[in-house]
Amino acid sequence: MQQSNTYIITFSVILTVVLGFLLSGTSQLLGPIQKEAVALDTKKQILGAVMDAEKIAAMKPNEIKEYYENTISSKVVNIKGEEVTEQEGAAVTAETVDVAKNYKKPADERLYPVYIYHEEGSEDKVVAYILPLYGAGLWDAIWGYLALKTDLNTIEGVTFAHAGETPGLGARITTGDVQSRYEGKKIYDESGELVAVEMQKGEGKDYSGDEHKVDGMSGATLTAKGVNNMFVNYLGAYESYLEKVKGNS
Amino acid sequence: MSTETAEKTEVKKPAEALLSKRRKKLISDPLVDDNPITIQVLGICSALAVTTQMKPTLVMALSVIFVIVMSNLTISIMRNTIPTRVRIIVQLAVVATLVTLVNEILKAFAYDMYKELSVFVGLIITNCIVMGRLEAFAMGNKPYDSILDGFGSALGYSWIILAVAFFRELWGSGTVFGIPVFETISSWFGEDFSLATNGLMVSPVGAFIILGLIIWVQRTKTGYVEH
Repeated sequence: MQQSNTYIITFSVILTVVLGFLLSGTSQLLGPIQKEAVALDTKKQILGAVMDAEKIAAMKPNEIKEYYENTISSKVVNIKGEEVTEQEGAAVTAETVDVAKNYKKPADERLYPVYIYHEEGSEDKVVAYILPLYGAGLWDAIWGYLALKTDLNTIEGVTFAHAGETPGLGARITTGDVQSRYEGKKIYDESGELVAVEMQKGEGKDYSGDEHKVDGMSGATLTAKGVNNMFVNYLGAYESYLEKVKGNS
Repeated sequence: MSTETAEKTEVKKPAEALLSKRRKKLISDPLVDDNPITIQVLGICSALAVTTQMKPTLVMALSVIFVIVMSNLTISIMRNTIPTRVRIIVQLAVVATLVTLVNEILKAFAYDMYKELSVFVGLIITNCIVMGRLEAFAMGNKPYDSILDGFGSALGYSWIILAVAFFRELWGSGTVFGIPVFETISSWFGEDFSLATNGLMVSPVGAFIILGLIIWVQRTKTGYVEH
């Protein structure tokens, strides 16, 4: 058989080039479709904070898009709570803000999208404010959307997602079982201080009497810590915006 | 043939000695007598991980069939040009490319599935069944035979994980392919009657138990014994 070094090297180079072209070609071809899929998934996650998962699962892609158009209006704010409409000459919309990229910047330079969930067709009748959250889990990034009722204190619902938490442990943050624990909790204490909601260590205790604590996930304390940090960081960043909205109403 | 060949499989090169002319055997052997999961005990990781529900399991099975058949075909076509010293890397490159293709396609057209299967599609690369068939079969056989061999092995893998998923979903969630079976049955017996689901089946432990039972039943039937 052909065993010379030249042959092996030539063979490897040709193989690499062929496979490389094949892969980059596919990526080019499928890129736009994938982008659309990701955008749709983000919409589902945003709506997931205020809607039942089953209801969303039953909707077709264009129904979701249409519902999103009709019920969500969005804006972008900075850490001072001021609305940002353009940056470096380019228009800024909530849908184009990459929360993950912004996370890498210092907190006061980030852009913070806000999604306002209102009754279908009438923008004045606000039902909930949906804020994105982002942070680090145990292995990789975690993120989510937090929906606050119009009192800007009570949690309407949350959705979480993750890039690489352990299946069955930290990855449970994506389940409705864990997410529903946040419903009805409050982010401000009675004196008006922002305390967020803290997931506890250990699982199986009843925290229904405490407005700022939720039951933990057994075996996933570090993921829970990530979730808690994400709440504190991002709610802190949105605090001035929340104050502003409260002041106006 | 069951005992002898199956044993050899455990050691090194599987059934290709008795390939002869009967191509049917290429497909039927891995289904029971030389099943990659229950006899060769390969690909267990994904068999445990993706089998809580039928739907992702089916997608996983189809992906594995695609990857094994295509890689077997590709390697078999190239087999006389592949330098033996780098053959493992060449095989790996081909498998990795195919798996990446599957992953990209899922991401574009079935994003929810892509999220659900997540890392396990990527891990098809390390599924020993794939590399095993390439080394043991595709490197030394003609393309058509290799396709059949790959298809047989992939089918042997698929029906086992689908069987495991069937019982896990039925007993764990009371559904099959998302259709509520337990609810329907319960409703026949009136209001007070309801079938309970078993949480154990949803956890990986459930897969171990089901897989163990399948292996038990199968080995009782075929008389296969491990030494």
